[in-house]
Amino acid sequence: MTTTGPAPLLRGTATDGAPAVRVRGLVKRYGGRAVVDDVDLDVRRGEVFALLGPNGAGKTTTVEILAGLRRRDAGHVAVLGEDPATGDRRWRDRVGVVGQTTGAGDALTVRETVDHYARYHAQPQGSDELLGAVGLEAAARTRVDALSGGQRRRLEVALGVQGRPELLFLDEPTTGLDPAARRQFWTLVEGLREAGTTVLLTTHYLDEAAQLADRVGVIAAGRLVEVAPPDALGAALRREATVRWTEDGAPRSVVTPEPSAVLRDLLAATPSGEIPDLSVTRPHLEDVYLRLVGGTSEGDPR
Amino acid sequence: MTTATTHPAAPGTRPAPPGAATIGRARIGLELRLFARDSGQVVFSFAYPVVMLLIFASVFGDQEVSPGVGFDRYFLAGIAATGIMLTSFQAVGIAIAEERDRGDLGRLQVLGTPPAAYAIGKAGQVLVTTVVQLAVLLTVAALVYDIPLPTDAGRWLTFAWITLLGALAGTVLGIAVSAFVGSARSAGTGIPAIAVVLQFVSGVFFVYSELPEVMRQVAALFPLKWMTQGMRSVFLPDAAAAAEPAGSWEHPMTAAVLAAWVIIGVVVVVRTFRWRRSGG
Repeated sequence: MTTTGPAPLLRGTATDGAPAVRVRGLVKRYGGRAVVDDVDLDVRRGEVFALLGPNGAGKTTTVEILAGLRRRDAGHVAVLGEDPATGDRRWRDRVGVVGQTTGAGDALTVRETVDHYARYHAQPQGSDELLGAVGLEAAARTRVDALSGGQRRRLEVALGVQGRPELLFLDEPTTGLDPAARRQFWTLVEGLREAGTTVLLTTHYLDEAAQLADRVGVIAAGRLVEVAPPDALGAALRREATVRWTEDGAPRSVVTPEPSAVLRDLLAATPSGEIPDLSVTRPHLEDVYLRLVGGTSEGDPR
Repeated sequence: MTTATTHPAAPGTRPAPPGAATIGRARIGLELRLFARDSGQVVFSFAYPVVMLLIFASVFGDQEVSPGVGFDRYFLAGIAATGIMLTSFQAVGIAIAEERDRGDLGRLQVLGTPPAAYAIGKAGQVLVTTVVQLAVLLTVAALVYDIPLPTDAGRWLTFAWITLLGALAGTVLGIAVSAFVGSARSAGTGIPAIAVVLQFVSGVFFVYSELPEVMRQVAALFPLKWMTQGMRSVFLPDAAAAAEPAGSWEHPMTAAVLAAWVIIGVVVVVRTFRWRRSGG
């Protein structure tokens, strides 16, 4: 079991060893209820980090605090070495944000929108190149209010990376996208990572986190319950296997960390013939994830 | 969406992002473009004062407020002042509430846009649309209703500073009010309600000197009364000044009140402006 996969050749942009994001004891309360509850988090330079959790787990609130859009109630936060609560314009220009609800004057065309927002950045990427990177060249003359949902998300991403950010926040970037558009989006994120951009994305899709992230932080009810590479998530839970068979017409099952021993006993008790419906299964990533976030309710977005 | 070619700039080599003036200029262009593409907004802004003039002229016909001053000439002043208030205060207040609801302002926040750049964009758009609106109104007044327009430079200078101060006060107060109105829906009903009440008490719909004393005192607290009075000093003959409650046009007082409202508006905006509705 590898931990992070092959190391990219170009890692990060920092010469120092400080992480891109460093969070200690982060707390955010709404009406006395902690929606982010004592979270510690490090995002390394050049990695793609996924904050994975159900709706209402505190993902968006966390990202908004890190992006300097919301104030925290307690804790220490450093993003690219600065406190986002007091980050100045130079700092903002180094950070890209693709939020869930940001808009851009609907009556403009895609090209006009991109050309306009280029003027806010110190070193904007060229508009042609940018629209090519997100696959919107053909829609350049389309008005924003006539774009499909997927095209709109691509425009959001284009505007998020336009200033060549060192760190990019992607808040549920593929929610509402069809499967093909999601795949294309994943390719885009992989390209960003290869170019050295640090990415922190939130998602409630396990497959997305597994596909994109070097490391995944599972968040539930405001608490970070585990941080691990995708294939090491819930390692302890996944060591448990379930042995199932049928005995005297009734289904039987045993949950055990040592399925071989159970099998040996079973085989010894059945010297001849087949054991009906015999199977050994280990929990899928999905099952592990659900157990990690167990006890939290769905719904209640934010 | 195949390959992303965005390479982040190396730290330390990144120059400072553009300043408020540079972004503000870009925003004036953007605001004007968005205004021009909103046909409802264009028609309302430019046609409404003309329609008001048409109604007043039809209702009062050839009646005169005072010898030699027709009702249409008297009310042209109020219509011009109202037009300025609508293109500044009302249009800005409603537009900001909509932009906030739609997430446009969220993007500006994410980009670290200086609030001053945003205000510059609004003020520039207001000044251009106000000038066009007044040009349309005065052209119709002169050509269709034969209302005499001033011929001396002094009166046009008065017209210019009242328009400029009135539009600036309206812009900053529109930005200020947007912090308190909440959703675009409530802005769309609340802000016009404020505007209509001000029109009634400020001498836009009625001859100001005939309004009850109490209403006049309330109106004197707000800019529209002073803009309307200032516009009367532009369009009415000098003799009409005697019919004003103060017996004169009160230009210094007008300038002082409008300037005070600009300053009050700026202070409120600096203290209350938020890119997002819910703080936190």
